[in-house]
Amino acid sequence: MAQILFFGRLTEVTGTPEETLALPASVRDTATLRKWLDDERGLGGALMEKTIRLAVNSEIVADPHPLNDADEIAFMPPVGGG
Amino acid sequence: MLRVSEEAFDAGAELAAFEADAEGAGAIVSFTGLVRDHASGGKVKSLYLQAYKPMTQRGIEKAMSEAKDRWALTALRVIHRTGTMAPGETIVFVATASAHRRAAFEAADFLMDYLKTEAVFWKKEVTDTGEHWIEPRVEDYEDRARWQKV
Repeated sequence: MAQILFFGRLTEVTGTPEETLALPASVRDTATLRKWLDDERGLGGALMEKTIRLAVNSEIVADPHPLNDADEIAFMPPVGGG
Repeated sequence: MLRVSEEAFDAGAELAAFEADAEGAGAIVSFTGLVRDHASGGKVKSLYLQAYKPMTQRGIEKAMSEAKDRWALTALRVIHRTGTMAPGETIVFVATASAHRRAAFEAADFLMDYLKTEAVFWKKEVTDTGEHWIEPRVEDYEDRARWQKV
């Protein structure tokens, strides 16, 4: 099972900070995950935005990055603290 | 030294402790960031900071080691709050120590620009007009770009 994390405004867009799900056989990289999950939840492209970066096992990756069913995958809007 | 924590802290006490750590330095610079009471969205009721540990900590540690490589620092301290804060509370504290003032000023400025634009935090303001997620402004990215090596 993959652990999916949603940060910042995506927590509210998706209605959850995290969920555990089985990736379908068709989803084996970050680009297809974005599209599949966005369609599945009817988010109207919120997960497809270019400013949303993905991290796999807490490392930022570039699309398409390969995924395994045991990965922790984070959807990250633009960051900034201070 | 780095601390990312939900616990409130006293910037004055941190500065005193840092001064003790940095004994012998010729220059100490510190910056304290506070929760504003007014924002574009109205009067601020609270600010919420979300982190993604361990990515947040690892990123700040990397920026701190870059600061040590670029400037001759003898001590360095970064403290960042997460969770829910009220206006007037301290969000961030950065202190640098060096033999001379220039290195200490520049390193503190560099670290704050990193924290504003690249540190892994998400920030939500709760104001009298509702809740707003805040992302860095164009000016914040411009400030950060000043430190790019050519």
